[in-house]
Amino acid sequence: MADFLLELRCEEIPARMQPKAKEDLARLFADALAKAGLPVGEIETFATPRRLALIAKDLPLATEAVSEETKGPKVGAPPQALEGFLRKVGLTAEQLTERDGVYFAVVEKPGRETAAVLAETIPAIIRAFPWPKSMRWGAASLSTESLRWVRPLSGIIALLDGAVVPCEIDGIASGRTTMGHRFHHSGPVEIADAGSYIETLRAAHVIVHFSERCTLIRNGAAKVAAEASLTLVADEGLVIENAGLTEWPVPLLGRFDEAFLDVPPEVIQLTARVNQKYFVCQTPDGNLANAFVCTANIDAIDPAVVVDGNRKVLAARLSDARFFWEQDQKTSLADHAKKLSRITFHEKLGTVADKVERVAKLARWLCEEGIVTDSPFPPGEGLGMGGATPRPSNTHPQPLPSREGASLADLAEQAARLCKADLVTEMVGEFPELQGLMGGYYAAKEGLPQEVAEAIRDHYKPVGQGDDVPTAPVTVAVSLADKLDTVCAFFAINERPTGSKDPFALRRQSLGIMELIQKNNLRLGLHPIVSNQFIQALADSITARLFKTSEDADKALRAVFGEDYEDALDKRLFEFADFDKTEAEAQAKIAMANVPRLLDFFADRLKVQQREAGVRHDLIDAVFALGGEDDLVRLLARVHALQAFVTTEDGTNLLAGYKRAANILKKEDWRGIEGEIAQTGEEDPLAMVDDPDLAPVIAAKMADRHAAAEHLSYTPEPAEKALIDALDAAAPRAAQAVEGEKFADAMAALATLRAPIDRFFEEVTVNDADANKRAARLALLARFRDAVHRVADFNRIEG
Amino acid sequence: MSAAPLYKPAPRDPARSFQDMILTLHDFWSAEAGCVILQPYDMRMGAGTFHTATTLRALGPEPWNAAFVQPCRRPTDGRYGENPNRLQHYYQYQVILKPSPSDIQELYLKSLGAIGIDPLAHDIRFVEDDWESPTLGAWGLGWEVWCDGMEVTQFTYFQQMGGFDCKPVAGELTYGLERLAMYIQGVDNVYDLAFNSSGVSYGDVFLENERQMSKWNFEVADTDALFDLFAKAEAECRNALSAGVPIAAYEQAVEASHVFNLLQARGVISVQERASYMGRVRDLARSSCEAYAAKMTPEWSAKYPEWVL
Repeated sequence: MADFLLELRCEEIPARMQPKAKEDLARLFADALAKAGLPVGEIETFATPRRLALIAKDLPLATEAVSEETKGPKVGAPPQALEGFLRKVGLTAEQLTERDGVYFAVVEKPGRETAAVLAETIPAIIRAFPWPKSMRWGAASLSTESLRWVRPLSGIIALLDGAVVPCEIDGIASGRTTMGHRFHHSGPVEIADAGSYIETLRAAHVIVHFSERCTLIRNGAAKVAAEASLTLVADEGLVIENAGLTEWPVPLLGRFDEAFLDVPPEVIQLTARVNQKYFVCQTPDGNLANAFVCTANIDAIDPAVVVDGNRKVLAARLSDARFFWEQDQKTSLADHAKKLSRITFHEKLGTVADKVERVAKLARWLCEEGIVTDSPFPPGEGLGMGGATPRPSNTHPQPLPSREGASLADLAEQAARLCKADLVTEMVGEFPELQGLMGGYYAAKEGLPQEVAEAIRDHYKPVGQGDDVPTAPVTVAVSLADKLDTVCAFFAINERPTGSKDPFALRRQSLGIMELIQKNNLRLGLHPIVSNQFIQALADSITARLFKTSEDADKALRAVFGEDYEDALDKRLFEFADFDKTEAEAQAKIAMANVPRLLDFFADRLKVQQREAGVRHDLIDAVFALGGEDDLVRLLARVHALQAFVTTEDGTNLLAGYKRAANILKKEDWRGIEGEIAQTGEEDPLAMVDDPDLAPVIAAKMADRHAAAEHLSYTPEPAEKALIDALDAAAPRAAQAVEGEKFADAMAALATLRAPIDRFFEEVTVNDADANKRAARLALLARFRDAVHRVADFNRIEG
Repeated sequence: MSAAPLYKPAPRDPARSFQDMILTLHDFWSAEAGCVILQPYDMRMGAGTFHTATTLRALGPEPWNAAFVQPCRRPTDGRYGENPNRLQHYYQYQVILKPSPSDIQELYLKSLGAIGIDPLAHDIRFVEDDWESPTLGAWGLGWEVWCDGMEVTQFTYFQQMGGFDCKPVAGELTYGLERLAMYIQGVDNVYDLAFNSSGVSYGDVFLENERQMSKWNFEVADTDALFDLFAKAEAECRNALSAGVPIAAYEQAVEASHVFNLLQARGVISVQERASYMGRVRDLARSSCEAYAAKMTPEWSAKYPEWVL
């Protein structure tokens, strides 16, 4: 047993690549060993800016010897057979073994020395290494076939049990020599064996353990902050990044001019973090302190000199930030917003100004329709819980006193019109991640209503799972309108997510829509909103592509779309003379075909979300399969009521009854009363239905049959009668409850069918010899099935 | 007959003189890497990389080591002489080593030592920063070198130039001279830098220039004339290309690039137009590089039979 050390030394590896490189090295090494038949024990990996290393413990010194046995012909088989076999295995007849009258070829493969396996493995790993970006270098790069590595590779250590495993790649031969810290250690460092690697390098001022450097930075930064009576703002991303930039990390605290604290704290933190990789600190009262923590890679002769240099750089950065902050405020957000007409949102969708216009209209509409209101349904009092009814349209919203006469709709529209204005500010140009936040700051500085400033600030939320979902009404209206518009607009130009490709993050945006609707119990039918938004986007798209000026477009589109734009798309759009009808028509057709696709896409996102929230996927399917539901709140209320019901005993048994009924109907190929025409002898049961002469005949016959089914021609058995009565009572009750969105009540109504259906199956023969009885009983089962089905598609429920 | 008086130069003083810092770098790269010490390219350009000693020489198989100062013009960075760090005209020091030597990092660090930066007194770091110039059809991997958190050098291994793989790869070092000097001299305002050891400051040399050129870049330059210049440079580039003189074509591409930057500073190019202008410049630069490579390939192949473009 021996320990193996591999070190691949190169010029500075980007910090962000080191953690993944460690994993890749371990994986490639383990795979190569396993393939060679060597047992893979404990593997430890290391990464610093200048080296990637691995220690594998307890490797055997050789692979196991293997004896391979191949069965040949029987003794006494024709000579040709034996000759063929000898050729195949490459042996002579004397070398064969005979057992139970059969020849065997036995080949003993001796074990290979582990060192030999490793000598082959190392160059293979280097060549196969999956760096995100790699490069060529030096004289060898005269050919593009030269070795590639993340940065120039300068040395290889390969030691098995302290002995060099000799190998070479592109002129770099393995050995036991490495380099210590770039500045704290001069000259080569000799490594004796794997066991002394870590400590030998530590003596040369290199801490090879990535995690140890992380700990030093995390604790060291907290310590220097505490010494200054401050609290470090923890930032694990920065810890990892600094660990990837240093071999000997030394956190140092510095101060910057207090005057910079006028700039919003997020800006300071981001400037320090993104540009300089510094931590920031808080004062005991929780405000941002005028301090930073940088991580040096040396024990400096005089740390104050290093700190002072860093302070100057930060000061220059903060002056830039303050310049942007002050410069941006010289222009009102409304004026900034005007510049959005110069920014392309997407080449097929026109400018950001076009988008803002759509969002503003939609945000206003959401308020005017009472979908977003000042007092949303309190959670827990929504649907399925005891019956809320949809509220009447909020056509005359009452302004609240604090808004100086502005209604919710006015505020939502105002916020929407300004929400993207910060995109053209200097600050967001410099730090795109501050979008929204800066707009909120500038709005507040301008003295705009607080709700508007907050809506501008938060309208991108929720950004991904776990982010806060807005609940302030103005914010909800703008956020929902923005996301709905984005998703609709991209679907309208046929830019749909496919597979892993989702360049416009439409999945995330859709999830945001789901979360906004659920969190705020928003009652809206998505279908009409989506259709409308498609048309708006399409209009902007056609404008962007087909018209030179917005005046032309306005005139043309007014004529084209008019008030009744939904119809206009089909009819009048293509009668308009001034633009390419064929292209517009083609585009409109593609777009509108995507409306149902988007609704399905929403349904899929909702399914994913609910599944992750722990709702059984079959129950989600059972409700989604009903189709035609675009009110998410109602849909989820039904799913949740169903989940509660199917876990009860009644639910389980009713489900069993439903499945039995459905199976019988399927087995008997029951197609309803009309379907029974088949038994008149026509091969196609409905062959005659369309014959105008026959129509009245068939209608009369059907009427008879329906009447017969309703008024049984025989006396039903008691169990049959009981089921009929139970259905007569439960079906309308369930339907009414569904209508009133009282899904728990609907489930309760279904529950009353459980005993009758059980008894029916126990006591009644469905397949009676009397065709009338059989038909009536099958029809009864179908009625039962359909009544249950109106609440949920029980067929999809497992169990 | 009397001998001419023997001239003995005074020792360099990079810590107290901007020009001595430059001269020290010249001494260093001339002696340590056998660089040819070139003079600046006599055209207006946005970065030292545009110098033909970098772009065109990065193409082809022949070794090439050069060092030079290149004045850079970035019209939109002008601040009328009022900002302590930003200038519309400043200097870069470029070193190009082809093929990249295996001790290039050590050489570079030694050059910092030569101008007075002690790596145990100052925190020197190589921070990932890949370089890409769509205009030149070029990219490379490398770092920005930090000195106490300040970026003082861009360090790049060219992988492609003009759309061609660099065979071999060249290492390019671009020192920000003013920044380094401010650091070494301990000065917070660029105009306070000592230009030489005889009392001339950077401000004495350049402050008025910054004021006037900022005004011209932002406010005065005749935009119609600039649009015209752009069109003429574009046409002349095509003319030179069709006449088989790609170096001349490349110069016109550089000219077009700078005129475009001036138009940007004048604020007369809209966001939408911007991409189109950049595309036109890119097309000129790449075509010139391609034509140059094509023209030189027979010569290169003759000297390096194994080599292909």
